[in-house]
Amino acid sequence: MKTEGRIHSLETLATLDGPGLRYALFMQGCKMRCRYCHNPDSWSVNSGTVKTVDEVIGDVLSYSSFLRNGGLTISGGEPLLQSDFVYELIREAKHHRIHTAVDTAGSVPLEISKKVLDEVDMVLLDIKSVDREEHLRLTCHSSDNTLDTLNYLESIGKRVWIRHVLVPGYTLDEKKIHALGRFLEQYSCIETVDLLPFHQLGAFKWKELGIRYELKDTKEVSMSELNSALEILGQYNVNVTRAKSAG
Amino acid sequence: MEVRDYIQRNYTPYDGDESFLAPPTERTAALWEKVKALLKTEQKRGGMYAIDNETIASITSHDPGYIDRDLETIVGLQTDEALKRAIMPFGGIRLVKTSLKAYGKELPSRVDDIFTYRKTHNDGVFDVYTDEMKKVRHSGIVTGLPDSYGRGRIIGDYRKIALFGTAYLIEEREQIKREAVGDVMDETLIRHREELSEQIRALKELTGMARSYSFDISKPAKDTREALQWIYFAYLASTKEQNGAAMSLGRVSTFLDIYSEKDLRENIYTESEIQEMVDHFVMKLRLIRFLRTPAYDELFSGDPTWVTESIGGISIDGRHLVTKMSYRFLHTLTNLGPAPEPNLTVLYSDKLPGSFRRYCAAMSIRTSSIQYENDDIMKVHHGDDYGIACCVSAMRIGKQMQFFGARVNLAKALLYAVNGGKDEISGEQIAPEFAPVTSRFLDYDEVIRKFETMCDWLAKLYVDTLNVIHYMHDKYSYERIQMALHDEHVVRTLAGGIAGLSVVADSLSAIKYAKVKTIRDENNLVYDYEIEGDYPAYGNNDDRVDSIAAWIVEMFQSKLTRHHTYRNSIPTLSVLTITSNVVYGKKTGNTPDGRKKGEPFAPGANPMHKRDHSGSVASMKSVAKLPYEKAEDGISYTFSIVPSALGKTQDDQVTNLVTLLDGYVMEKGHHINVNVVEKELLLDAMDHPEKYPQLTIRVSGYAVNFVKLTREQQLDVINRTFHSVL
Repeated sequence: MKTEGRIHSLETLATLDGPGLRYALFMQGCKMRCRYCHNPDSWSVNSGTVKTVDEVIGDVLSYSSFLRNGGLTISGGEPLLQSDFVYELIREAKHHRIHTAVDTAGSVPLEISKKVLDEVDMVLLDIKSVDREEHLRLTCHSSDNTLDTLNYLESIGKRVWIRHVLVPGYTLDEKKIHALGRFLEQYSCIETVDLLPFHQLGAFKWKELGIRYELKDTKEVSMSELNSALEILGQYNVNVTRAKSAG
Repeated sequence: MEVRDYIQRNYTPYDGDESFLAPPTERTAALWEKVKALLKTEQKRGGMYAIDNETIASITSHDPGYIDRDLETIVGLQTDEALKRAIMPFGGIRLVKTSLKAYGKELPSRVDDIFTYRKTHNDGVFDVYTDEMKKVRHSGIVTGLPDSYGRGRIIGDYRKIALFGTAYLIEEREQIKREAVGDVMDETLIRHREELSEQIRALKELTGMARSYSFDISKPAKDTREALQWIYFAYLASTKEQNGAAMSLGRVSTFLDIYSEKDLRENIYTESEIQEMVDHFVMKLRLIRFLRTPAYDELFSGDPTWVTESIGGISIDGRHLVTKMSYRFLHTLTNLGPAPEPNLTVLYSDKLPGSFRRYCAAMSIRTSSIQYENDDIMKVHHGDDYGIACCVSAMRIGKQMQFFGARVNLAKALLYAVNGGKDEISGEQIAPEFAPVTSRFLDYDEVIRKFETMCDWLAKLYVDTLNVIHYMHDKYSYERIQMALHDEHVVRTLAGGIAGLSVVADSLSAIKYAKVKTIRDENNLVYDYEIEGDYPAYGNNDDRVDSIAAWIVEMFQSKLTRHHTYRNSIPTLSVLTITSNVVYGKKTGNTPDGRKKGEPFAPGANPMHKRDHSGSVASMKSVAKLPYEKAEDGISYTFSIVPSALGKTQDDQVTNLVTLLDGYVMEKGHHINVNVVEKELLLDAMDHPEKYPQLTIRVSGYAVNFVKLTREQQLDVINRTFHSVL
């Protein structure tokens, strides 16, 4: 496979991006402009390292002894922007019996992303906000495609993990978490919901890129804030992933 | 009968989980409180509880000592008091004096006088050292040589005492000696007969030492308690008179399980009683101490003794060697809390029972006190009754020993190659003078050629130096009790080692794939390098540089094998630095990979920190490519991770760590230290050591109390990549 893709980076010990131990491939390029993005260096669609499907799959396969309980997660950036490449990569991986997942914000129109969603074993779907206006405010991007993606995944019965970032001043709000719970419990394709607390670890990248970082003074989410959010979500018919409590 | 055959015929593999394990008994808790108080006092006294500077240590030099006679189920101390250190001057009287001085003590003239008549190992070595040997030792291209302290890394088969009793073993040795006569009474035969006499004498002294504790070990052990006690006496005897760098225990747990299974079956002891004995035995092992100098501590920090116990593995017939006793030994980390000693080493294979692998992983996550070594690849070389000496050195127990050779600094050798044999810091001509690199940019082929020439010289000099050291060690500081617990004829290896592997690999990669400019001082000495462009760095599973790292290992090992070795020992190689990577770095100038003068090397076979940017599985893959068959003395890799990066739930963390270990051994990685710890915790421990008396962390082949490391080494541990996922 000579199809080329732009790669941002890779992580060979990924344990939080799907089940088991995974090879996480971060694709270059994203059109959303999330205010809290911790990898703004993955936005540009013109940078990154160009690699062919064959090159990438060769590298992934060299780790097969480690991926027996896990697999390959294609993340980003927004991987679905490079859907031809991602589609072929997933086909190749599955051919070699490697489990596949895409980690997407579903920001790409279905007509482009559909073949990937059909082919991949599971989807990690980042829902930034279930409120249309807030979604726009947070990401400078409409939530239409994300909702279409989720509805499609529901219709084909795909295994889905939802990820949702709790951002103080935005999504970290009791009402909004209730709304999230009410919304998510309608979907039977959702296996689990992962609440990710906002952190400041990506702040330096904004600085390096010389982009104004509006959340520079936003506090990180505390353990008790995270726990009460989990508590609220737990009141709905959704399965919530709970991390081991500290200590 | 062989110990190995006895195990194979009688042991009971255990496939179950840890639910049978017993908590500490009241007596254990009470005794451990006393030991902890002693350890606290030791720490308060600057790491030195007490020294007996009056008595030259031997197997029988000290009266029996106890911590609390009513509480101890396993007895015996190195001196008459716990943690009191003895003087063992036969390795070198100067070292004893320096050590005493460092702690404000002196050697009594009565003892000092003896050594005006009596030579030591250290005296012998320096009588023979050539000017060149002294020079390389001084320049730091060869360091850590056991020329003034005990070489260690010899494992007596301590199980023999339990299985046979000393009477049988003495008789057997005497018979061997009677038959040890040959055509020619040459040096070899003379030495052999003298050594046999020493061994017999040591066995008799061991019997006497046990008798002073009111035990008759001339007969075989009858039950679990006796088996543990007999083994401990034998081990204790060797630590009473040898301050070897590493005094490893061997592979006793599965052997002991045969006794405990019988006792459980016959209702002689309960599970709780057996665990109590194991806990007490392990407590004793945690108290082994040797008198060291501060300089030694700088090299091997944290007062290590390497009481390495090898656990698990798979038999030649395919049955795994995990027993309940394997669990009980690891369970001491729960009952007594984490500790660096004994150096618990799991001989790992993905074919070990799943419940045991999960238990080990869970214990690693909780305590960071376990190291793992690949049984699949070692078994091929060493069978199924080998043990690990020190950190990574596998040897058949009772059948093989090694001549420990510390290591050479290959990064420095590379710099010498560029500068025609001159030291990059002092400018002194250390290696024979030969043509230096004169071009502005380094040419890969030229550097490789010169580096090989440099290694030719270094390997020969290194082997010659080790020959001198081990000749003298045998002569003046022979390990008589440990060798009494070996076969009459043993396989000997000459264990060489290299430091700076990742520095050299990355340097050569930079020269090959980027452009490296030399920067010279007024005497035309290259003292710095400038890199133009990028180069693939070792640790990213990139064959372009990983193949260079593998080549370095093969190249140096093949050069070692070309030289005559003392007692026909077989040259082997390790890629292991212990904590000396810090000191090596300090003594080495700027290197072509961009590392600055004085900066630490990576430990063992680790990639240089912050250059591995593809995650730690990629690093594991790179390390696993180093050929074990060319580095049979071991390839050490230290893996540190924050708990949250291993997985979200505790169950995920265990599963993922098992997957990592399985993958690593399947890829033929040899050794891996696993640390699962928060960086913030370590930072806090630096500032508040009193809060973390038992915080244990694994460093290149052994474990240490983090708070006992020097500040420099603490920072090195922390700065090294803590693999965490954003």
